[in-house]
Amino acid sequence: MDLLKGKIALVTGASRGIGNAIAELFAQNGASVYANARKIGSLDSLLAKCENSSGRIMPLYFDVTDAAAAKQAVMRIKKESGRLDCLVNNAGIMPDALIGMIDQKVAREVFEVNVFAVMELIQLAARVMVRQKSGSIINLASIVGVNGNKGQLVYSASKGAVIAMTKTAAKELAPAGIRVNAIAPGMIDTDLFRSVGAEKVSGLLRNIGLGRLGKPSEIANAALFLASDMASYVTGQILGADGAALV
Amino acid sequence: MNHSEKYEAAFVSALGISKDDLPGLQYQGVAAWDSIGHMQLIFALEEAFGIMLDTSDIIDLSSFEKGKELLRKYDVEL
Ligand SMILES: NC(=O)c1ccc[n+]([C@@H]2O[C@H](COP(=O)([O-])OP(=O)(O)OC[C@H]3O[C@@H](n4cnc5c(N)ncnc54)[C@H](OP(=O)(O)O)[C@@H]3O)[C@@H](O)[C@H]2O)c1
Repeated sequence: MDLLKGKIALVTGASRGIGNAIAELFAQNGASVYANARKIGSLDSLLAKCENSSGRIMPLYFDVTDAAAAKQAVMRIKKESGRLDCLVNNAGIMPDALIGMIDQKVAREVFEVNVFAVMELIQLAARVMVRQKSGSIINLASIVGVNGNKGQLVYSASKGAVIAMTKTAAKELAPAGIRVNAIAPGMIDTDLFRSVGAEKVSGLLRNIGLGRLGKPSEIANAALFLASDMASYVTGQILGADGAALV
Repeated sequence: MNHSEKYEAAFVSALGISKDDLPGLQYQGVAAWDSIGHMQLIFALEEAFGIMLDTSDIIDLSSFEKGKELLRKYDVEL
């Protein structure tokens, strides 16, 4: 299927996990995808995977917390492609700490990546999308941003902020034809999730109604829907994709 | 078009107003110059002069006159 034929997308944090799956699926659906990651070369395998898709991948290496670099990136997209149809704010970090053990420096880092970078990219993308009077912004939130979770005071707060930003941006940008939605994944099999440790993972599995971890491709499917014209009347929504997980 | 004409044309096209409305025009002084109109204006100015404005300047661009002053930072003399 070519649900995103001719569309221009920017996906942050596309070197691994969910962002990687989103970039791949978008390219398979005909989009020209500017894929972002930090380490030069870390998008090579994505490029190779997408060689024969109807869309294409264009690597854009920058740290999302570097506002000047983010601006350069959007400027490049604007120059090369003249438009931006979809922004996926996916890059995120999840260092866990129990209350009483929270390092302020780490907490700030989490907010830099998970919140402030998202805020900046929403602004930059909106400036391009407003002109074309259309666009879809998709933010990766989390089930813990909705429900909270032990040991995740900082991370859950950052994802709660993502949810609030999504709802506000949707209201503010709707008159310009820009849709803003978030996906709130449950437990998805990626490096980020596995970082909690193998023992904890097997315990957590018992809390998932569907009895298994989600796959990055399953979150990518939700993103594809929100990016496509199939979701043309959907905005300000937080789409849970959690296999009936209890958190 | 010289720089001044380009500058005026950006306001006229982005906000859908007439050239006569420009002198003394302030942010939110006309219905079209709201937050969406502001983004459209920024895009139009960036396109016209091949620049990308810093967020601090976007926030500062509060009037037709102020914009001229800000553009000087980007080597655009009006
Ligand atoms: N996996 C889950 O269970 C789960 C659940 C709910 C929500 N989420 C959210 O989904 C998103 C993706 O998670 P994931 O599980 O796919 O994570 P992941 O496997 O750890 O991948 C994270 C991606 O983000 C990139 N990244 C991190 N910091 C960055 C920065 N400062 N600048 C640019 N890129 C950066 C990483 O690139 P590098 O290679 O440069 O490190 C990597 O590509 C995150 O926002 C996460 O919070 C995940």
